[in-house]
Amino acid sequence: MRQLSSKPRSMKDVPTHYCPGCGHGLIHRLVCEVVDELGVREETIAVAPVGCAVLAYDYWDFDTLEAAHGRTPAVATGIKRVQPGKLVFTYQGDGDLAAIGTAEIIHAGNRGENISVVFVNNGVYGMTGGQMAPTTLLGQMTATTPRTRRPKEEGFPMKITEMMATLSGVAYLERTAVSSPRGVMATKKAILRSFRTQLEGKGFSMVEVLSPCPTYWGMDPVRAMERIEKEVVKQYPVGVIKE
Amino acid sequence: MKKVRYLSTGNEACGEGAVRAGCLFYGGYPITPQNELTAYMAKRMNEEGRVFIQSESELSAINMVFGASAAGYRAMTTSSSPGISLKQEGISYMAGCELPGVIVNVMRGGPGLGNIAPSQSDYFQATKGGGHGDYRIIVLAPSTVQEMFDFTYEAFALADKYRNPVMVLADGMLGQMMEPVEFDEDIKPSGMVKKPWAMTGAKGRPAQSVKSLFLADGMLEELNIRLQKKFRLIEKNEIRYENYQTKDADIVFVAYGTIGRMARACVDDLRDKGIKAGLMRPVTLWPFPYDEIKRLAKGGTKFFVTEMSAGQMVEDVRLAVQDDERIYFYGRMGGGIPTPEEINASLEEQVLEKVREGK
Repeated sequence: MRQLSSKPRSMKDVPTHYCPGCGHGLIHRLVCEVVDELGVREETIAVAPVGCAVLAYDYWDFDTLEAAHGRTPAVATGIKRVQPGKLVFTYQGDGDLAAIGTAEIIHAGNRGENISVVFVNNGVYGMTGGQMAPTTLLGQMTATTPRTRRPKEEGFPMKITEMMATLSGVAYLERTAVSSPRGVMATKKAILRSFRTQLEGKGFSMVEVLSPCPTYWGMDPVRAMERIEKEVVKQYPVGVIKE
Repeated sequence: MKKVRYLSTGNEACGEGAVRAGCLFYGGYPITPQNELTAYMAKRMNEEGRVFIQSESELSAINMVFGASAAGYRAMTTSSSPGISLKQEGISYMAGCELPGVIVNVMRGGPGLGNIAPSQSDYFQATKGGGHGDYRIIVLAPSTVQEMFDFTYEAFALADKYRNPVMVLADGMLGQMMEPVEFDEDIKPSGMVKKPWAMTGAKGRPAQSVKSLFLADGMLEELNIRLQKKFRLIEKNEIRYENYQTKDADIVFVAYGTIGRMARACVDDLRDKGIKAGLMRPVTLWPFPYDEIKRLAKGGTKFFVTEMSAGQMVEDVRLAVQDDERIYFYGRMGGGIPTPEEINASLEEQVLEKVREGK
């Protein structure tokens, strides 16, 4: 009998704290598969954000730091500059990356820091109870937009990856969605490409992953996946944004 | 051993102290009156093949230091008062994660944007925990350009020894003024320690983490108990101060940094007039030399505390002496710099009659 799949070496054999239908567990696993395939588990240093993925160090079997909210790329910069031979990546949510950490991500990109960023966009603050994120869609109900997100009051969904594309220091940007088997494969491929970009010394790269939050979208996991396919990708089209 | 001796600003002496201590990473953001320090580090770190980054903000600079330190390397950031306020988040995280690191504050007038003149009004922030949570950082207060070099050099060893942030608390006058600085030509980094906790990749060991989040019941209290034990150890080992003419003194100045040096002239002037004055200059502001002040307080000695602030360190002197009647204060605020004559005039007005009358 041939074994077709198993838990990646880089993934600890423990249950995660994520809600049913959350995309984080899946994306964690994809990161681990890529680390294993590149054979760099012992050379990898990850920086976890503040947000739902704050406990990533409980699930990843490689060195992992926890940064202050949004300072993730600054911490990664410090690590990478003194250990340029290591694989250093940040794993950030939309609150961490696109709100409180906007300055850090933009300037890490602009410096062309040779790091990778896995940016999980689920359009809400999950850890704190489903508040509006910069990426929240117009018309979306959240804990802090009880009358839904209205452009005149709360502004527009922010396309930070497109903003990053204007920076000369950024080598590679891609947006994917984990809402279909095809999207999952594309996400893994993009993370692999981002990590390779770094290992080849080509500079800053980031993969934005559209991910479901059934709990704070107020729908079951299957419908949450459908929402990404039908609604979220209209605002955030998938594909390579810069290469 | 061959000595190097040259004329330097305090800012540049501080930078050289860091370079000689083996600082491998520097992150900084422009702010007066410490810009010479950042520029000096840009030049020297590049010469040495080490890392210099002009960050997008003070927040980013301290978090880069967090990263470099977590990776096991000696790292420093420098700023002045408003910038140090921004760094407090990172300093709290470093204390919580038990990461070494050196932070230099070349203080200027506050609050708010204040001005760019020398001040000592960040004493509370530096010594009482400027960020959130129960933590302490070691605070060294230089009073000469030479000490700007020496204390910055030593700060790295202290930070590594205790796995804790260390602050060098200077002011704009010390940063800007020029004096001779001297050190051994081939001075090497001291107090280098192994850092098995560093984030170097899980090669030949289990994966590990650097973090300050402890959600499980009792875990965070456990960390805090360990931190407090460490802080008690620092209090036991690292208190430093300098006494000048205190042996027979009826009145003892307590002053640190720039004013600590000025107060020497005040003591000499009073001694010339037959007044038995002395000076106690705290060198570590945390841990604060409470016991030494208690010792000096025996026998009814009076204390004259002088600071470039509304009176911050004076609260620690009160805690030590436990007799407010014997404590006097003179301070200038918002970048005002007193002269020794001005300090002694205030002392004469407030205290001298009592000293003369033996009260």
